[in-house]
Amino acid sequence: MYQFEYHRPKSLDEVTALLARCENPKILAGGMTLLATMKQRLAAPSDLIDLQDIAGMTGISVDAKNVAIGAMTPHHDVATSRDVAGAIPALAFLAGRIGDPLVRHRGTIGGSIANNDPSADYPSACLALGATIVTNVREIAADDYFRGMFETALKENEIITRIIFPIPQRAAYQKFPNPASRYAMVGVFVVKGANGVRVAVTGAGPGVFRMTAMEAALAKNFTSAALEGIAAPAEEMLQDMHASSEYRAALIGVMAKRAVAAMLA
Amino acid sequence: MSSAIIKPNGIGAAAPRKEDYRFITGNGHYTDDINRPGQAYASFVRSPHAHATIDAIDFTDALAAPGVLAVLTGKDVAADGLGGLICGWLVHSKDGSPMKTGAHPILALSHVRYVGDHVAVVIAETAAQAKDAAELVNVSYGELPSVTAVAEARNPAAPQVHPEAPRNTCFEWELGDKAATEAAFKTAARIISLDIANNRLIPNAMEPRAAIGEYDKGTGIYTLHTTSQNPHVARLVLSAFVGVAPENKLRVIAPDVGGGFGSKIFIYSEETVCVWASKKAGRPVKWVADRSESFVSDAHGRDHQTHAELALDANGKMLALRVKTIANLGAYLQLFSASVPTYLYATLLSGQYDLPAIYCEVDGVLTHTAPVDAYRGAGRPEATYVVERLVETAAREIGMDPAEFRRRNFIRKFPHQTPVIMAYDVGDYEASLNEACRLIDYANFPVRKREAEARGMRRGIGFSAYIEACGIAPSAAVGSLGAGVGLWESAEVRVNPTGSVEVLTGAHSHGQGHETTFAQLVSDRLGIPIENVEIVHGDTDKVQFGMGTYGSRSGAVGMSAIQLALDKIITKARKIAAHVLEAGEGDIVFEDGRFTVAGTDRGMAFAELALQAYMGHKFPTSEIEPGLKETSFYDPTNFTFPAGCHIAEVEIDPGTGTVRVVKFVAVDDFGNIINPMIVEGQVHGGVAQGIGQALLENAVYDPQTGQLLSGSFMDYCMPRADDLPSFDVGVTVTPAPSNPLGVKGCGEAGAIGSPPAIINAITDALGIRDIAMPVTPERAWRAANGL
Amino acid sequence: MTVVAMQVNGKQVSADVEPRTLLVHFIRENLQLTGTHVGCDTSQCGACVVHVDGKAVKSCTILAVQAAGAKVRTIEGLADGDRLHPLQAAFKEHHGLQCGFCTPGMIMTAADMLRRIPKPDETAIRHELEGNFCRCTGYHNIVKAIKAASEVM
Repeated sequence: MYQFEYHRPKSLDEVTALLARCENPKILAGGMTLLATMKQRLAAPSDLIDLQDIAGMTGISVDAKNVAIGAMTPHHDVATSRDVAGAIPALAFLAGRIGDPLVRHRGTIGGSIANNDPSADYPSACLALGATIVTNVREIAADDYFRGMFETALKENEIITRIIFPIPQRAAYQKFPNPASRYAMVGVFVVKGANGVRVAVTGAGPGVFRMTAMEAALAKNFTSAALEGIAAPAEEMLQDMHASSEYRAALIGVMAKRAVAAMLA
Repeated sequence: MSSAIIKPNGIGAAAPRKEDYRFITGNGHYTDDINRPGQAYASFVRSPHAHATIDAIDFTDALAAPGVLAVLTGKDVAADGLGGLICGWLVHSKDGSPMKTGAHPILALSHVRYVGDHVAVVIAETAAQAKDAAELVNVSYGELPSVTAVAEARNPAAPQVHPEAPRNTCFEWELGDKAATEAAFKTAARIISLDIANNRLIPNAMEPRAAIGEYDKGTGIYTLHTTSQNPHVARLVLSAFVGVAPENKLRVIAPDVGGGFGSKIFIYSEETVCVWASKKAGRPVKWVADRSESFVSDAHGRDHQTHAELALDANGKMLALRVKTIANLGAYLQLFSASVPTYLYATLLSGQYDLPAIYCEVDGVLTHTAPVDAYRGAGRPEATYVVERLVETAAREIGMDPAEFRRRNFIRKFPHQTPVIMAYDVGDYEASLNEACRLIDYANFPVRKREAEARGMRRGIGFSAYIEACGIAPSAAVGSLGAGVGLWESAEVRVNPTGSVEVLTGAHSHGQGHETTFAQLVSDRLGIPIENVEIVHGDTDKVQFGMGTYGSRSGAVGMSAIQLALDKIITKARKIAAHVLEAGEGDIVFEDGRFTVAGTDRGMAFAELALQAYMGHKFPTSEIEPGLKETSFYDPTNFTFPAGCHIAEVEIDPGTGTVRVVKFVAVDDFGNIINPMIVEGQVHGGVAQGIGQALLENAVYDPQTGQLLSGSFMDYCMPRADDLPSFDVGVTVTPAPSNPLGVKGCGEAGAIGSPPAIINAITDALGIRDIAMPVTPERAWRAANGL
Repeated sequence: MTVVAMQVNGKQVSADVEPRTLLVHFIRENLQLTGTHVGCDTSQCGACVVHVDGKAVKSCTILAVQAAGAKVRTIEGLADGDRLHPLQAAFKEHHGLQCGFCTPGMIMTAADMLRRIPKPDETAIRHELEGNFCRCTGYHNIVKAIKAASEVM
């Protein structure tokens, strides 16, 4: 790891000031990706701004319509929240399958969404549920937020504070993990709610995306069988030593069917 | 040795381990836990290229960086006249010529030959400063084309690894009777052939390699703390071949070592540099590998391409086996590289079967990849994989039950001379097969298969009846095959005046539990509490010499040496007891820790005898020397031949290709067993590594760039707890006749037997002939869906 | 350099470190508590697991400065004086360790697991061990030891 300056501000205003002042700052949330990257000397920020002391960024609140999760809330808290389990059980299920228990104690939802790793789990939930990403300056619809591999709508020095998930009628997440890293090789989040059916896919492509053909088919007939024959475009999927694009595309179909079956069970 | 009554903590008892307390409380002493006063830190500059010339090294900026004490390169090594690293086993090609390879310098001089090759070292005040400065060393490389796969390496147009080895061929070796094998194939009713790849693996002991070199200016003595399975061999190589210090001026200490699996047998550049640089820098020098460094620089394992054919007569009797293997040796030969794909491989190709003729050719090929050497099993897993894949395939193709086909061909008379050197001394292969079938409930497999099919899963069962050779001895035998050392073991038993005992052994424990097992033997033989026995190992200043631990040899060879030293102790003690108890030596009985005069109530405890031995008051010291300490160097009369039967049951999800091992039975014949708890643990760990090879682990180099693609745990798939089932382990026993304890060795069997069982189960489940390891979900999905 | 203070195994400690110092290095090098190990550099193997404010974390993926003010427990602080923690005793009794290198992390993860899931079944134990690698035991006896400890705790 290269040298850097460390800051632990007490307010978002202080964070903003630091972001403006430092040469090449990085915000430190749970650090599960950032610190791992810095250990490999693949990132060299001049300053790390640790958000752990900022009040009001951790915690979960649920009302009749929404689940709101503070950006600094660790995955473990989401996974084990009775409120989340009651409102959107698929979201709690997803959070319980990120990394491992040790990572879930430190890693945060805000960090995951800000990083937008193409094989991270949370982006699929955000996109499928139609979440709102709340920052220190504005609210961004998930549909507008994810911009491809590690790219988001966040402006420089913009800080995610909260994510608001509308509560659907039903939802399910099915993850096929990469056997080595345990990141999603393919993760499919299916939602049936006020906005109809939404199917979001992570891991398979260069960023989270929606399977609109599946959504249309499920809107007409919400059964696994309705997905028969609907394929993801293999040529647009990722390919690496673990899985070909063709296999990833096929897994999308299988995982989507299993998610629908789970929702009907 | 097997006695009807098992004493508490004696031979046969599942004694809890003496070494555990320090590990479960965080008080172990691994190399990285040791810090020497004034120590500096080393960081290596490694080649980013698979093949390049080193045109210039500019380390001005590095030398000026904060905390930097020295930057050393291959030129400094050469200026100090140090030799290179060696291969301790000489193999000859079939034309009689010795194997061909280039020198293996400690720091590269003119060329780098694999990604991770050592180019320079930075010594600095802190580890972070050393790493910071290593990035400032500016090496001008002249990039050259590289070759990583054996198939291309022998193409005349392929890039050359060493000019000394034309067409990258290190040796073209053979074993067996070619003419007899060809003749048998001509009479065959059926020939079964397979093309088999044994995937390349990275050992990944959980403790990364580490070293601290230290030089005492006053005495001229160097001390090396290092993660070694065999500190005496390290000292021998560093002194006799590298020449970094005379043997009497070099102390090597291998403290607690966090697993080895072969990878810590070898003498590497890093520890060599730490020793050498400690004098140059005038400071102790410590180096601890990052896992990323371990991936590129630890010796890898396996990596064979094989074409194998089995000839059968009309009744399903095996007639002959013909095998052609190309083994990837990597860029340089490591300590045992040449022996692993030859004498440790082809000599086991007879398996458990009465095979009249075998002919095997092995071409050892150099590539621009990390050196390949012994990894848990070392040659025997590759042999077992060839034989047991072929046998299962043959049974299926002639329509015979795979268990029955094996029974029909088992060796049943011992001793049995195979056509490939080995003389099996004892065994009962049907016993382990039958027990394994019983444990897995083979008869009801069809019911389980139907039940799985009803759930949409494909279920399969696969056998593996393996044999291996352990001990890696006798010395004269291995010497005749090209080994540069003898493979005996030493023991020294020191009885203290209070009757407690220290045993100094040349074996080294890095997880095997020697401190317990060896102490059980001493406790049992001397009738003293196990707490009174200390096992001392891993320090060349304490133990006079030893060959270390690998090849599942420490029970059969190391403990046998202790047994013989104990015999000498008891012989002398009886002489002393006769004087002290005023009786004839023939009347002295030694039982349960007491010397008594037969037929009387006169006697003394072992501790009293020990005190008498050191006082020397009551026996003529002109005839019997005072004190009680004995040494033995034990050389066995044969290899030992652990054998057994593994059966795997898998379920495959055809939608995703996920393979789940739902049942795994291992029944092993390890001869007599000292501590069944420890032996079972060895089987569990070995099987997990074998399942890892079959399903998860794969070292992959990019064929174009020679970069290691599976260079971290993000891409190299280590077996996790949820990848594995609990295992069902059983034993059968035929005591080994070649050593006084009747033990055979259990450290590698799990990794040897399990891969073919898994692949046989998968091919059974999917109704296919073959599938490549590791069976990733995608490979299984493709096979399940005919893609 | 910056001064970092925290409570480790019930004792208040502090040291002057670079901000880039990982908690694991602070524990091992500044405090000389070498029971916590480093087995990888990609935050996966779990040899470095300690408890920070009661939760198991990978001490290789948290800066010492991040843990300033926290309560940290390492393997050295798990036993109650000379009385082993039930998990330590179970690992010994059931041969849940061989080379011992992964053991401290494994035990610290297991202690956290049993805090959250007092009576886990085999499947749950194996799933919870996703972040801890062992190369020696094949996990068989680790699972057995954790199950046994859960039954006496």
